Amino acid sequence: MSLLLVQLLSGLANAMFLFLIASGLSLIFGVTRIVNFAHGSFYMLAAYFTYSLAATLPLGPGAFYAAALLAALLVAGLGGLVEVLLLRRVYRAPELYQLLLTFALVLVVADAVRFFWGTDNKTGPAAPGLAGSVPIAGQLFPSYDLAVIIFGPLVALGLWLIFHRTRWGILIRAATQDREMVAALGVDQRRLFTGVFVLGSFLAGLGGALQVPRLALTTVMDTTVIVEAFVVVVIGGMGSVWGALLASLLIGVLNAYGVLILPKASIVLMFVVMAVVLIVRPWGLLGRPEIQLRAAGSAVAGERGVPWHPAWLAGAGLILLALPLLLPTFWVWMAVEIFTFALFAASLHLLMGLGGMVSFGHAAYFGLGAYGAALLLELAGWPMPLAFLAAPVVAAAAAAVFGYFSVRLTSIYFAMLTLAFAQIVFAVVHQWDSVTGGDNGVLSVWPPPWLKSPTRYYYWALGFAGAGVVLLRVVAASPFGLALRAVRDHARRAEAVGINIRALQWTAFVVAGFFAGLAGAIFVFLKGSVFPVYTETPMSVQPLVMVLLGGVGAPSGPLIGAAAYKLLDTVITRYTDYWQLGLGAILIALVLAFPRGIAGVLDWRRS
Amino acid sequence: MRSRLLLFLITAGLALSFPAQAAAQAPIKVGEINSYSGIGAPFTGPYKAGVEMAVEEINAKGGVLGRKLEVLFRDDKGQPAEAVKHAQELVESEKVALIAGTFLSNVGLAVSDWAKQNKVMFVAAEPLTEALTWSKGHDYVVRLRPNTYEQGRMLAEKAGKMKYVKWATIGPNYEYGKRAWETFRDRLKEMKPAVQVVGEHWPTLGKIEPGPLVTAIMSQNPDALYVSLFGSDWLAFVREAQKRGLFQKTFVVGILLGEPEYIDPLKLEAPEGMLVTGYPWYDIKSPAHQEWVARYTKRGDKPPVLGSLIGYVTYQAVAEGIKKAGSTDRAKLVAAFKGLKVETPIGPITFRAVDGQSTMGAWVGTTKLDAARGVGIMVNHEYIPGEKVLPSDDEVKKLRPGN
Repeated sequence: MSLLLVQLLSGLANAMFLFLIASGLSLIFGVTRIVNFAHGSFYMLAAYFTYSLAATLPLGPGAFYAAALLAALLVAGLGGLVEVLLLRRVYRAPELYQLLLTFALVLVVADAVRFFWGTDNKTGPAAPGLAGSVPIAGQLFPSYDLAVIIFGPLVALGLWLIFHRTRWGILIRAATQDREMVAALGVDQRRLFTGVFVLGSFLAGLGGALQVPRLALTTVMDTTVIVEAFVVVVIGGMGSVWGALLASLLIGVLNAYGVLILPKASIVLMFVVMAVVLIVRPWGLLGRPEIQLRAAGSAVAGERGVPWHPAWLAGAGLILLALPLLLPTFWVWMAVEIFTFALFAASLHLLMGLGGMVSFGHAAYFGLGAYGAALLLELAGWPMPLAFLAAPVVAAAAAAVFGYFSVRLTSIYFAMLTLAFAQIVFAVVHQWDSVTGGDNGVLSVWPPPWLKSPTRYYYWALGFAGAGVVLLRVVAASPFGLALRAVRDHARRAEAVGINIRALQWTAFVVAGFFAGLAGAIFVFLKGSVFPVYTETPMSVQPLVMVLLGGVGAPSGPLIGAAAYKLLDTVITRYTDYWQLGLGAILIALVLAFPRGIAGVLDWRRS
Repeated sequence: MRSRLLLFLITAGLALSFPAQAAAQAPIKVGEINSYSGIGAPFTGPYKAGVEMAVEEINAKGGVLGRKLEVLFRDDKGQPAEAVKHAQELVESEKVALIAGTFLSNVGLAVSDWAKQNKVMFVAAEPLTEALTWSKGHDYVVRLRPNTYEQGRMLAEKAGKMKYVKWATIGPNYEYGKRAWETFRDRLKEMKPAVQVVGEHWPTLGKIEPGPLVTAIMSQNPDALYVSLFGSDWLAFVREAQKRGLFQKTFVVGILLGEPEYIDPLKLEAPEGMLVTGYPWYDIKSPAHQEWVARYTKRGDKPPVLGSLIGYVTYQAVAEGIKKAGSTDRAKLVAAFKGLKVETPIGPITFRAVDGQSTMGAWVGTTKLDAARGVGIMVNHEYIPGEKVLPSDDEVKKLRPGN
């Protein structure tokens, strides 16, 4: 009994931290519709600020508390600056470009932390006066955690007062429900957005600062926390602060009991809960159905592509055929990698560009394609071409199952459910040692001798990736592709003319999964091995960034984006340790200069 | 006309002589792949400093085979696929003589498999997985650090002589954590059949929930706890365990946890009385090592951690291997690394001919707080060389189906 009580308290303490971070994220999304990847970076920055300030402020025992508050305020100011200087410039671009911008910020902040504080792990000071523990039910419990359990609800109360007792708070609630109506009533949206960003970042900062006495500071704490924060926000319902509180309590307490009851499931528990909640309640526990913005299709730019001139296409084809004769060997391999990601990004583009469905878990199908090919080759002993061709089928089968549930949801909920499924795939390949080799992966997945030379594998990859891209274009130009666009632009009208939305989107999901799996198969024989990391979130973010960078509204966007991203990444990494800073800065510059992606600009100049 | 002919001859002569001269002086390139960003980042900075120090010293003494050694550093970002890309670039474009480095086990395995496929020598520095030199071992890979099997055995030899019967474990839920525990547990049970396991906890790497785990472990009342957590997971775990009184009730055995990398960030929160493997650089008496520590500290104004030593010794081995091969020919390098002897700051080590595992050992000792330096240190430590715990050649051959 005492065990259960102490475990409950531990869970509550963790829940309060989740709440601080998630409530800020939820607020920002609710009002501005920005999927703010950089929220975790603000959390990390605040922790490092607190660490340094606590050591320098000459305030004796009060130094830590002053440092924590100051750090949160600093981060709040920074959040405001980011909104005013960067995000405000791209509000007119399709919404997703703000996501690309926040992703670039994640990279920049990560390297800034590396530069100023170094990469070694750090432990900050204990909280003066709360460093010890108190006996509870015969066990010792940290007094700091108790203080946090009391502090969390106070923050929630403060938020409630802001939202219900101040004009500003009421406007925020109104904007969360219907932003355009609030604007129509004459409220200055820009000030509202900046304010929300400041408040949201302050909450993230507070969460990070208060973790300093408990956790270790690491340069990867941003990415660790951001996924968890999104899970909480989505379970609670985007934009609902009370939903965030409820979901934090649910996840915090569940995790605490999880280590007792299901110790091996801790890797996916949170994601399984999210998947179940979303399947039962498509807008989270306390979320409301989204109001479709009146400027229909604003999530994605309208398509602007002029079809490429046949002479251009023939020329590009000839160059691609001649490349391996002209390039040094390494660059031949590099070209294969670019083809792989071009196909991977193109498959995601079918969902994002045509369907308006943003997936955060597309790596699942890429990874399953890679694992499918590797395991059929090594365990089942299939010949390489057969294993290669079966890989996309494996991926498509998984996409059929996961897609069935995912397409019932829209926007961020759809994205997060695909993320949950990708995490479940990750957990399975990571934990199923006897088949997948666990974290040590599957090794020696090389093409047979007749295909081994760089030139031959280049043509193999070019052939399959090229065929994949062409087929995706055929799909896009077919009545099916047109119907998909119709659903994207106005689901209700599309339904009214007799389109079966779910069946249509489900089919698109399976097709996208199939080609992602094909990309995975090309990739596995290029690298010779496959590991669970292939199915993880960073691998899902890559094609997303490529599609956006290239231009979500243009058919050539994913191809240009993949080439640009891979080349930038390879060249920058070659010359500097601070590749994240370089890449992030270039991405920010590109988004500000080309808010419709690189292809968007090319098309505009040609027309 | 004559002057033109003369000019032509001079130019031609210069053109012919330069490449020859340049080739004689061109440095020998080595490709170094490691996780300088991402999850390995906290540990690779000192490693890099060790590498640079070794290369500076080697080059100051005239280099290898009369040529300077040049190291090309590449960041694998903690991603195996990235590491393979770097291997391709280093070998195909930069024409490096061999590849070295890596920290994470999966990255090490990916590079090792690529090296085998492309017949390039790979000197693995830090990955600890046994698979690297055993089940997935081959001729083109050798590894410096003592693997999970060796370190688990070293600890078990001591723990088996202690009174503790009820054991629990906590470690990251992937191969490293599981093997670190299994090798320890198996040897412990051999030595002390009465041993029982009362709990196993496998939090996700980098995402530990320390408070609930400490309570869960304490509720199982183990006499002793075996820990294979590391990095930020370990630091967070200690902070909760201290506040909840775990260390007062339970004896702790920790693999790697005496390494400065893992104990220094805890400052005076480090638990005392743990049995650990590690690296007590401050207390190793051999003059060669003391001199090395002085050189390292002077160079970077920071004392070494284990990564520093690993980086240094890896490149000593690289230089010795190339010297022994007498050229950068790939087949000769492979032959040279078989049974290669290297004189290191901590004494001579050998890369075993049978599996390429070096005989570098580890220090086993007990932790204690050093108020003067403000960190935990190891006391009563003993260096256990790899030979003492490595399986015999016959046993190893059975573990290597590929060879």
